[in-house]
Amino acid sequence: MTPLSHSSSDRGFVRLLFSQAWTVLRKDLLLEWRGFSRFLSVLFFGLVTLALFAFAGDADTEQLRGGASGYLVLALFLSSTLALSESFRLENEEQGIEGLLLLPVDTTAFYYGKAIGNTLFLFLLGPVLTPVALVFYAVEFDFLLYLQILGLWVLTAAGLTAPGTLYAAMTSRLRSQDVLLPLLLFPLVIPILIASVKAIDVLLTGDFTGKLLGELLALLIVFDLVYWSICGILFHYVIEEA
Amino acid sequence: MKQRFTWEYAVGALGLVLFAVGTYIGLFIAPEERFMGDVQRIMYVHLPCAWVSMLCYLGAFVAAIASLLTSKRIWDTSMVGMIEVGFVLNVLLLAQGSIWGRPTWGVWWAWDVRLITSLLMALLFVGVLVLRAFVEDPERRTTWSAVATIIAFVDVPLVYFCVRWFRSLHQVQSSPETVNSMMVLPLRINSFAVLFLAIFFIALRTRLELARRHQEEVAEPVRREELVHV
Repeated sequence: MTPLSHSSSDRGFVRLLFSQAWTVLRKDLLLEWRGFSRFLSVLFFGLVTLALFAFAGDADTEQLRGGASGYLVLALFLSSTLALSESFRLENEEQGIEGLLLLPVDTTAFYYGKAIGNTLFLFLLGPVLTPVALVFYAVEFDFLLYLQILGLWVLTAAGLTAPGTLYAAMTSRLRSQDVLLPLLLFPLVIPILIASVKAIDVLLTGDFTGKLLGELLALLIVFDLVYWSICGILFHYVIEEA
Repeated sequence: MKQRFTWEYAVGALGLVLFAVGTYIGLFIAPEERFMGDVQRIMYVHLPCAWVSMLCYLGAFVAAIASLLTSKRIWDTSMVGMIEVGFVLNVLLLAQGSIWGRPTWGVWWAWDVRLITSLLMALLFVGVLVLRAFVEDPERRTTWSAVATIIAFVDVPLVYFCVRWFRSLHQVQSSPETVNSMMVLPLRINSFAVLFLAIFFIALRTRLELARRHQEEVAEPVRREELVHV
């Protein structure tokens, strides 16, 4: 892909980056809208996962309530591998990625467009999976708690999709994509899992004593910032080897 | 074909001698620890494995950056050597910790800060090795594994920070000033021993990988020619 002009001013550079990222994002959103079945299949996969956790926990209400935050975040993690690998499948069909490389779009803008699209995709699972999980696992909740969990869901999804988009770009061109993507991604995002589960747990138990929630939120934000920056920098090395 | 003697054999031999000396002092001369007894002697190999493993990963991180910036083959091949040796030491570290933990903590494994960090380091870097195994194109393999190595290394300090929310069973580091000098000596000797042995294996692995890359480059035009004739 043609890099953005280095002679342009910083403001112009950022504006062009946003504009190109928006173009990529709009393309992905349009494709998602036309092929809505992909979203539905990932959503149903998430729902099945929630049900499986309930059966694995022997439908014991106390046990399920105690692990509700973990099961909910795990459902997102497992669904994310399906969503991320699918996001690059279309790009690779009929050498679409080669076509994209010929366009005057910067690779960084391409990465951020794809990553934001994936984050939106995973975020949209939250409004459905969260209440279902809370009902399945017998957790009392109100609308405010629901919104707070969705806020955490955005940070969790963002932390997943930043490295996930980069790794999906790599693994989508390999034979063993289904094995490699979770193998590379999951160890990397374990801190996101820990922070997110603990933060949701604080919200569910209503135990706001101490600074724990603030620290966990800070941790999630730091991870998100680090991953979004470093993966954005490294993406062009990955895509230029296409 | 006659095997050419290279410098790494001297380093490896020095490492072996030092390891024998350090282990002898650690097992037979160093005093017994008051609370843990003889089981504490595992520290003389446990800590060197931890330190050198992290050094290997740090070296791999530097080599990965250099590989992306310069595209020189030596950086990629040495990076593989450092990750593989680092990973082996990492697994040894976990195994030794587990052997030590059973009589000391009463369990083979605990979800402790240090244990989680060590396990995650192994998982992150084994992912890089698996990725390499699946990528056939040498150029792509070089770039992608360098990218994966950089991300894996950046994650290590973050993981360490994050798991501080877990309660820790692992003791904090001792200072050499507060420990019997006959305990510090075998630890230092073995640290250098493991470092020299690691250098030996990294050098061997780098040469092997260079030879493999050379073979790939020679084989590729032949394969293409065969395809043309078909």
